[in-house]
Amino acid sequence: MTLNTSRRGFLESAAAAAAVLYVGVRPDGALAAGAAPAQLNPFVKIDADGTVTAIVKHFEKGQGPATGLTTLIAEELGVSMEDIQYEFAPSDPSRYANLAFGQMQGTGGSTAMANSFMQYRQAGAAAREMLIKAAAEAWGADATELTLEDGVIKGAGQEAPLAEFVAATAQMEAPAEPRLKDPSEFRLIGNASVKRKDSLPKTNGTAMYAMDLHLPNQMVAVIIRTPRMGGLASGFDDAGAKAVKGYIRAAVLPNQAGVAVYAEDTWAAFQARDAITVDWDFSNAESRSSDQIREELLAAVNAEPEYNVTGADHAATTEQIEGAAQVVEQTFYFPLLAHAPMEPLTCTIEADADGGVTLHDGCQFPTGPHMALAQIFQLPMEKVRINTMFAGGSFGRRATPTADYQVEAALAFALTDRTRPVKLVWSREDDITGGYYRPAVAHRVRVGLDAAGNITGWDHRIAAQSILKGTAFESMMVHGGVDHSSVEGVADTPYRIPGQFTGLTDVAKATSVLWWRSVGHTHTAYVMEVMMDEAARAAGRDPVDFRLTLLEGGGDDQQRLAGVLILAADKGGWGSAPEGRSQGIAVHKSFGSYVAELVEISGNADGGVKIEKVTCAVDCGIAVNPDVIKAQMEGGIGYGLGHAMRNVITLTGGEVDQFNFPDYEPLRIGDIGAIEVHIVPSAEMPTGVGEPGTPPSAPALANAIAVNGPRVTALPMNLNGVSFA
Amino acid sequence: MALSLKLNGRTHQVEAEPGTPLLWVIRDELKLTGTKFGCGVAACGACTVHLDGQPVRSCQTYVEDAEGAEITTIEGLDSKVSKAVQDAWVELDVVQCGYCQSGQIMSAVGLLSENPKPTVEEIDDYMNSNACRCATYQRIRAAIQRASEMMEA
Ligand code: FES
Ligand code: FES
Repeated sequence: MTLNTSRRGFLESAAAAAAVLYVGVRPDGALAAGAAPAQLNPFVKIDADGTVTAIVKHFEKGQGPATGLTTLIAEELGVSMEDIQYEFAPSDPSRYANLAFGQMQGTGGSTAMANSFMQYRQAGAAAREMLIKAAAEAWGADATELTLEDGVIKGAGQEAPLAEFVAATAQMEAPAEPRLKDPSEFRLIGNASVKRKDSLPKTNGTAMYAMDLHLPNQMVAVIIRTPRMGGLASGFDDAGAKAVKGYIRAAVLPNQAGVAVYAEDTWAAFQARDAITVDWDFSNAESRSSDQIREELLAAVNAEPEYNVTGADHAATTEQIEGAAQVVEQTFYFPLLAHAPMEPLTCTIEADADGGVTLHDGCQFPTGPHMALAQIFQLPMEKVRINTMFAGGSFGRRATPTADYQVEAALAFALTDRTRPVKLVWSREDDITGGYYRPAVAHRVRVGLDAAGNITGWDHRIAAQSILKGTAFESMMVHGGVDHSSVEGVADTPYRIPGQFTGLTDVAKATSVLWWRSVGHTHTAYVMEVMMDEAARAAGRDPVDFRLTLLEGGGDDQQRLAGVLILAADKGGWGSAPEGRSQGIAVHKSFGSYVAELVEISGNADGGVKIEKVTCAVDCGIAVNPDVIKAQMEGGIGYGLGHAMRNVITLTGGEVDQFNFPDYEPLRIGDIGAIEVHIVPSAEMPTGVGEPGTPPSAPALANAIAVNGPRVTALPMNLNGVSFA
Repeated sequence: MALSLKLNGRTHQVEAEPGTPLLWVIRDELKLTGTKFGCGVAACGACTVHLDGQPVRSCQTYVEDAEGAEITTIEGLDSKVSKAVQDAWVELDVVQCGYCQSGQIMSAVGLLSENPKPTVEEIDDYMNSNACRCATYQRIRAAIQRASEMMEA
C-alpha cells in the first residue's frame, strides 16, 4: 500500500472555520485523510467538537449495517458505541463501490460485513493514529506512550478528549498501514451486549422511512400497471375519478407500462385510481397460467438438460445409478413467491435548483437508479442525488436490475411540469401483484446407493426461470449460458458426493422474476437436504451421521459445515425429542456462511403440525455483532418457514391471483414456538448473515414432517398435504 | 367535511371526506408518520392506534367515527405501561427494519393495559394479527414479558 493523502483537498478547505477530520480510502483503495470529503471516500468523520460519525455505505433494511459498520469504526478508533453516530453515504459509485459487485454501489448477497470489515477498521485505526500523533506532538510525548479509549487520549501524565486534536490532524497524512487491533484486544467486535444503533427511533415512531417523507407541495402518484406481463396501456377513462376530491390528473406512462394517477394525497390517489378504467393492448401479453408453467418446468427436468453445469460425465453418473443396489428418486416444484416487505415500495423525486433531481428512497442499489435517472432526465451523474432513507424491509425486492419503481417515479415525474415533487406510492395490492417474484423452479434428483448404503451417483437436474439473463448483471453472473443463481447450492455443494451431475434447463418467464432472500439457495437447499434425508433413510442410517460421512476427510469448507451440523444437533437434542415430537435437520452453506437448523414439531400432517422449536447453529466467521447475527438468523428462519408453510403466487391467464395479505398470509407470532441461535467462535473473515438463515429452515421442517408423515416435494406445504395447527 | 379530532391530548381541526380512513388523516393531514401503512385491509396491524385506549386498525376506521374519541398514536404514548413496553423493546433490540414496530408496540400496550401478566398463549393470541415480515416475533414475545416484569417493579 502506498502513502496517500488528499493534501490538495485539505488545502482547498483549510480556510473552513471548523476543522473536520475525514478518513477513508481513495478510489485506488489506499487509505486517505483530509479536512473535506471531496478527494476521498470517507468512512468516518470527526467534527471539531469531537463528534464521531460513521458513514455507512450499505443501506439499512433491518439487517444491521448501521450497527455493524459503526462498531468497526468505534472499535479501532477507541470510542464507545454511545459516542458514535452514523449517517448513510450519498450515492457515488466511484466512492462507495461494494467490492463484491465491481463498480456498483449496492447491498445484497449478504456482502455488507465481508466487504467492509477491513476497510472500516483501517479507517478507524488511521484516525486513531492521527489523533494520537497530534496529541504526542502537543504534549511533547512519544506516541507509543499514548492510548485512545472511550474518546479520551491518555498517557505521559496527560489526558484530554480527542476533540482537542482534531484541528491538528488537518496537517497530517493518513498512515498507510495503521496497526489494527489483535482480536484479543477487541472490546466491541464480538461483544453480545453492543446494542443496535437504530432501536430507539424505530421504537418511538421517529424513524423516517421513504413512505414517511412529505415534501412541501408534493403530489402523490400511483400507477395502474398492466395486469399481465407485456400488456400496453393505450388510453384511459377518468370520468369517474373527477369526482374524487384531490384528484389531479392521469397520464399514460411513456413506456406504456401503465397509467400514472396524480393526486394531492395518498387516499385521493387510491380512490381516483379505482375510478379509472384503462384500455389495454394485450396482443403481446403473457397469457399462461401457473399450472402451464409448472407443466413446462416439470417436462424440462425430465428431459435432457440444456446445460451440463460442472462438466461432469453424465453417462458415467447414469451408469453408476443404473447399476446401484437402490435408487432414490424425487421430483420437486417451487412456486413463484412475492417478497412483500412490510413497507410497500415508494420513493419521491424532486427538482433541484441547479436543474438536477433528488431521489428520496430506501435505496438498496443506489447505482442502478442513479444511472437510470441520469438517463431519463438527460443529466450528468453528479446532478442526480440520492437521499437514502430507512427501508421497511426488502428481502431483495428493492434491488431490481431495472430499478423498476425508481424508473416509474422518474417517468411519472417527467410527465409533470416538475415544479412539484412527486411521491410514488405502491399499495400492498401493487406489491403482491407487481411481479419480480422468486422464480418458479423444478428439480429432479436420482440418487444411487450401493448395498452398504453409500452413494454411487447423484443425477440432479434443475429447470428454472433465469433471474439474471437479460439484465445488467448477466455478464457478471451468467457463464457459458449457466445462470449461477439457478444452481448455487447444488453445483458447488461442500458435500463430497461421488458421481455428482448437475444439469440446468432455462424455461421462459411468464412474469418478471428476481432474487428473493438467499436467491437460488431458497430451492437448492431444500432439494439437497430433503434428498440427504431420503438417501439416509434408504440407507438405514442416521441423517446426521449420513451427512457427516459425506463431509469426512474434506477441507475447511467441509469441516465448517460439519461443525455447525454437530453443534445444532447437540444443542437441539438430536435424537432425544420429547414424547409426541418429531425432529428434522438441515445444513447449508450460502454467502460464505454455514448454517444448520434443527426443527422440532408436534402433531402431524393430518391433524396439524405445530413448530415448537428451532435450534440454529451459524458459522459466519468473526461475529462482529453477535446479537444482530442472532436476530438475522431468527428473521431468516421465520421468512423461510412462513413461505414454505403457506405462501404462493399463482397466475390465471397471465394475471396474478393473489392481492393482499389475506391471500398471501404472513408468518404470525404463534407459528413458531421458540428459536435458539448458537454462534460458532471463529477467527475467519466475517461473512453474510442476512440471507443464510433462510435456506435450511424449510427442508428441516420438511424432514421433521416426514418422520411421521408425507414427504413434501412441492411447496407450499399447506397445499401439498400438510395442515398446520 | 370539517372535523375536530382529539389526538395525543390536543384538538385538531381537519378537513376530510367522509369515509376517509383515519390512517390517512393522521399520516397525510396531520403528518404524524409513526403510524404506518402496510396493507390497508386490517390484515397487518402496522396502522394500529388507540381509540379511548383500545387498539384499532386506523386503515379500517372512518375518520368521522373517531370524532369525539381520544386518539393516541405512537408519538403520543405516555403511560407507565407504554414506557415499560418501549424500554423493553430497546433493551431486547426487538426491531429489524422497524416498519411494523409502531403497530406492534401499540398492540402490546393494549394487551398489557388489560392484562398485565399475560401467558405466552395470551401474548400469541393477542398479537396474532400484527404481522412482522422481518419475523421479530421471538423478541416481541420476550419484550412483552420483560415489560410485564418492569411494570411490577
Ligand atoms: S395497514 Fe391497517 S392493518 Fe395493515
Ligand atoms: S421489523 Fe421489519 S416488519 Fe417488523
